[in-house]
Amino acid sequence: MGLAKRIIPCLDVENGRVVKGVNFVDIRDAGDPVEIAMRYNEQGADELCFLDITASHEGRDTTVHTVEQIAEHVFIPLTVGGGIRAVDDIRTMLNAGADKVSINTAAIHNPELVRESAQRFGSQCIIVAIDAKRVDDVEGQPRWEIFTHGGRKPTGIDAVAWAVRMAELGAGEILLTSMDRDGTKNGFELGVTRAITDAVEIPVIASGGVGTLDHLVDGVIQGGADAVLAASIFHFGEYTVPQAKAYMAEHGIEVRQ
Amino acid sequence: MTGIVAVIDYGMGNLHSVASALEHVGASEVVVTHDADVIRQADRVVFPGVGGIRDCMSEIRRLKCDELLTQALTEQQVPVLAICVGLQALMSRSEENDGVDCLDTIPGEVRYFGKPLTDAEGSRLKVPHMGWNEVHQTMNHPLWAGIPDMTRFYFVHSYYAHAWDRSLLAGSVQYGVNADAALARDNLFAVQFHPEKSATAGLRLLKNFLEWNGQC
Repeated sequence: MGLAKRIIPCLDVENGRVVKGVNFVDIRDAGDPVEIAMRYNEQGADELCFLDITASHEGRDTTVHTVEQIAEHVFIPLTVGGGIRAVDDIRTMLNAGADKVSINTAAIHNPELVRESAQRFGSQCIIVAIDAKRVDDVEGQPRWEIFTHGGRKPTGIDAVAWAVRMAELGAGEILLTSMDRDGTKNGFELGVTRAITDAVEIPVIASGGVGTLDHLVDGVIQGGADAVLAASIFHFGEYTVPQAKAYMAEHGIEVRQ
Repeated sequence: MTGIVAVIDYGMGNLHSVASALEHVGASEVVVTHDADVIRQADRVVFPGVGGIRDCMSEIRRLKCDELLTQALTEQQVPVLAICVGLQALMSRSEENDGVDCLDTIPGEVRYFGKPLTDAEGSRLKVPHMGWNEVHQTMNHPLWAGIPDMTRFYFVHSYYAHAWDRSLLAGSVQYGVNADAALARDNLFAVQFHPEKSATAGLRLLKNFLEWNGQC
């Protein structure tokens, strides 16, 4: 027995409401983030992830307020991502009560941000989010590339090499989302999950595509993920966190129950 | 009455969650401060910490938090809870940041988890040690009251403490090595994990701290 694999419900939040996009497009309203965070906490979620998809500046103040409210009521680790562009944004979120921040596009534009923020705040609170899409090479060998702008904009960056570089710069964890799978409910893209978990020393959170409890098991056993993140299967009441943990435990995965 | 709880702030990160967790379990007044006068009047002291040990130690010394801590432990003799890097700072020295001298309150060292790190079956273990792991309670202590042995707490660290005097060990955790998860001596209790992030079990430990009279 030892360290448990983590289950992380993810709240996509826009203007103070939890929403869930299918392939980042079709948005359904799913409720109040503080209530939902408290529900997952009571269910025994191991951590919470809060992704801010608000575009406007005013909306971002709402986000800070929501993070403060969650941190007052929920005593498990809280990650905040979305719109983190500078050291000041990280400080704002940590001061609001986030334990970790997730940096995505800003790391691509300025990798030094990862080094600087890890040095300043500690690696333990710097997560680099990677949105990867499968783009096989000419011989048909699997390769994954990083995309930005919700999966629309290719960067030419190899996802596995990028994860290694981010870990070297001081990232404490990788949040890996498969853009081919996100919102599909077809399961994680296990190829890229395994490639990245094997390539880096730091923990990897698998994300994107969870539709069944078998997908969570596959992410850990086949993908090698240290944590699995899911949104809609929990938001819409298809499964509870205890059901997910019981199922993972039946399949030989160590979980916190 | 829990009295005034002073959370020592040496500027190395957000202490909001420690303070709000203490308030959640009934602390009547929590002050986040490095003001010597406030800490001198506190009924309990929390010594937290996140970040790199070199920066932490230099801020602890610059703000004279080392003297405040010694005073709380030996003169005021109030209950003191150290958390995470707070525990590591109490040891003699740390391997982190090319080697840093620490407070030597608890003789011992802070070591890197090692590369490659593997479990008993030879599987690779990631560093940092991040997540919920089982704490084996190696001592009966008021801070463990109502918390079953092998309860999981939330850890996040790449370095671990090893006290020379093994009679001070209050809890241990297995992660490739046998690491000190909790150390206790007189009115001091120090934990490597984050009780403020460890859900029900962590809140219970903080509640136990508020009710503790500082005796083992």
